[in-house]
Amino acid sequence: MITTPTTPPERPDVLSLEANIEARFKTAVSISQNKNQEVLIALERPSALGALCKFLFWEAGCSFAGLVVEEQQEEWQLIYLFLLPGKHWVHVSLLIPLEDPTVPSISAHVHAADWYEREAEDLFGLHFEQHPRLGDFVLHDQVWQEGLAPMRRAFDLRQPRLERQPNQAWRPTLVVKDPGAFAMPVGPVYEGGLGESVHFLLETVGEDVIRASPRLFYKYRAVEKLAEGKTISDGELLAERFAAKSAFAHSLAYCQAVERAASLDIPIRARRLRVALSELERLRHHAGAIEGICQSTALNVSEAQAAIVEEQLLRASCSFSGHRYLFGLNTPGGLRRDFDVDICRRLLSAVDRASGELRRLEDRLRYTSSFLDRLEDVGSIDAVAARDLDLAGPVGRASGLPNDLRREYPYSGYGEYSFDVASEKEGDGYARLRVLFFEVRQSAALIHQALESLPPGETRTAIEHVPAGTTMGWVEAPIGSAFHWLRINEAGLIGRYRIMTASFRNWLGIHAAVENFAFQDFPIILATFGLSVTECDR
Amino acid sequence: MAFWFWYGLRNGIRSTRYPAAPESSAGISPGRPLDTLFADPLEAARAAANCPASAITAVDSLARVDFKKCVFCQRCHFGTRDELHWDASFEWTQRHSSERGYEPLPRDFAHSLHIIVVDAGDCGACLNEVKQLNNPLYNMHRLGFFFTATPRAADVLLVVGPVSENMRGPLIKTYEAMPDPKRVLSVGTCAITGGVFGQTFTSAGGVGSVLPVDLEVPGDPPPPLSILHGLLVVTGRKQPMDAQHSPVNEVSK
Repeated sequence: MITTPTTPPERPDVLSLEANIEARFKTAVSISQNKNQEVLIALERPSALGALCKFLFWEAGCSFAGLVVEEQQEEWQLIYLFLLPGKHWVHVSLLIPLEDPTVPSISAHVHAADWYEREAEDLFGLHFEQHPRLGDFVLHDQVWQEGLAPMRRAFDLRQPRLERQPNQAWRPTLVVKDPGAFAMPVGPVYEGGLGESVHFLLETVGEDVIRASPRLFYKYRAVEKLAEGKTISDGELLAERFAAKSAFAHSLAYCQAVERAASLDIPIRARRLRVALSELERLRHHAGAIEGICQSTALNVSEAQAAIVEEQLLRASCSFSGHRYLFGLNTPGGLRRDFDVDICRRLLSAVDRASGELRRLEDRLRYTSSFLDRLEDVGSIDAVAARDLDLAGPVGRASGLPNDLRREYPYSGYGEYSFDVASEKEGDGYARLRVLFFEVRQSAALIHQALESLPPGETRTAIEHVPAGTTMGWVEAPIGSAFHWLRINEAGLIGRYRIMTASFRNWLGIHAAVENFAFQDFPIILATFGLSVTECDR
Repeated sequence: MAFWFWYGLRNGIRSTRYPAAPESSAGISPGRPLDTLFADPLEAARAAANCPASAITAVDSLARVDFKKCVFCQRCHFGTRDELHWDASFEWTQRHSSERGYEPLPRDFAHSLHIIVVDAGDCGACLNEVKQLNNPLYNMHRLGFFFTATPRAADVLLVVGPVSENMRGPLIKTYEAMPDPKRVLSVGTCAITGGVFGQTFTSAGGVGSVLPVDLEVPGDPPPPLSILHGLLVVTGRKQPMDAQHSPVNEVSK
């Protein structure tokens, strides 16, 4: 882990940010702003990349949103996306020749970039110089041979089973070498399969987990590759279905990206309904996450109660929208259908019942010492580590990171609502649970605000033409911020679709919570993180 | 901590009585599109063209639905002139179309069935619906159905997801570790036809191309009661919905 100052200095505004960068990296960069007020930094010399990213992340206080790689006619374009909270997007763009795809690694400076580079190496065949751990990531070495690079344009997605020469001798790297050390494998089929497919290698010399390495991408379905060449309306289906527990959030991010490209204002009624539906999804997701935490501590009555609330919210979603997971509602331009007063009133009473039930559950859990013993001071991540890994969502907020996009970079009119953003300091399992309960209350209040102020009118504006170019949409999904980057080509089809999710970022960070805690804490820590595998794997 | 005991008791029994009695609470199922007879062939053709999953084909004025392909985008349901009829049912389990034929497990399993679930690239919805069966509102245990953590003790392999390439190995290993007799139940459109993921270099396009599937529960995702119906069919306590009886489904408009 990198040693750095605990608190980032005052956040400079954009002007001073630009001035600062110009002063430091004079000859290496050229800076401009586009019509969306995004700061575009084109890097002339790759050698300055590390220092520039380090400056943006650690000194300017940006968070790292992700890495977009695109194969263009004559070169590779790499875009490192940074977000200056409450201010602006900063895109650092780097072009490298097609035939020599070698890039300096930035993960020594920006730890949060580690997995993005591994992913790009595996899927595009880029080489990141001085990255400590490349290979075997998305494409598992005992299933695929090295050098496949399926995201390259030349790779045909529809070829059925490939002729493959996987590395049968592949074995995981064990780090702990002390006498008596052993590794405990968990997954990918575990908990009777009710856990999502993921593998953990827990290394230990006895009681405590010394090193935890999650192995993901068992569920890799190449969603980004699938989207290429599809129409915008077909892309919608993928955005919604790659991670169904946050289906509405992801489809919203996708739709907002398209709307932004088309410079389209959507009707206020649709905006408010979108807020209500997003918060309904968050409420349901959090009820499920709370259920998971209760289950991990084997407190069965509370688990059952939370499970009832989750199912009741699923039913309420179905009665309200026609689908238990809110599929088929969002579309670029607004919502595919409208909701009358009566149906909104019924949803509100279901939401009130659910949030009341969860409130009573919280009150009981607060006085259950055997439950609290399992959560307090377990899986702790302090503010420095959280910032280092740039943890997203409720997990980051439990360690004091102000990372809620609804506040930091409002979309869909979130700026008009009054709500509080959860913030805890302890960063342990209990802090993460408190954040969930806090957000449940806020979400219920937001649904009320949105549905009670619905203006009459349309819920959809027709999109006539989406100009070619790149665009981005973002949301605060229930698990944390998600960024959907899109290139629309001349034919109006999707040229490249890049999905950057909170689960991807937080899975990288989970080892920091698991290590140095006892084995029996592992399922509890996992539950308090509440991560989605499918959102990470895509 | 005695309050948990009282808290649990006070909530009373909340479980559905299905299959002993019908269940019709609001929101238990999104329903499904039915074959619909339009007045005009043009309407049926438009309905077919509107379906992004190619689940609808037009035969003259009849819009015929291949429910195994439906991804529940609801585009034939809301905001269209050519709306298909919807049915609020949930008993959707069908036999796999292979020639092997299907037979329920022997009677001994009817009230003691152990199920292992494999997530083979699921988007999270089907898996969450499967998980709901343990929820007090469905309470699968009352029927003698249990999830088990080991394939050695499992009678039914319940697979969700289109079978991603990285999960192909673990899925086959799980199947092979199960004792006979065993049945394979693929749950959800993705597990049947690949759904939106289709057949690609990393998606097998359904469990059928990897394992001998016995029964299929269509839906994206099928709600918990549909999955429960599937398990009841496995044990012979319910009949599969006959895929061949579409004329009965035809509703004229």
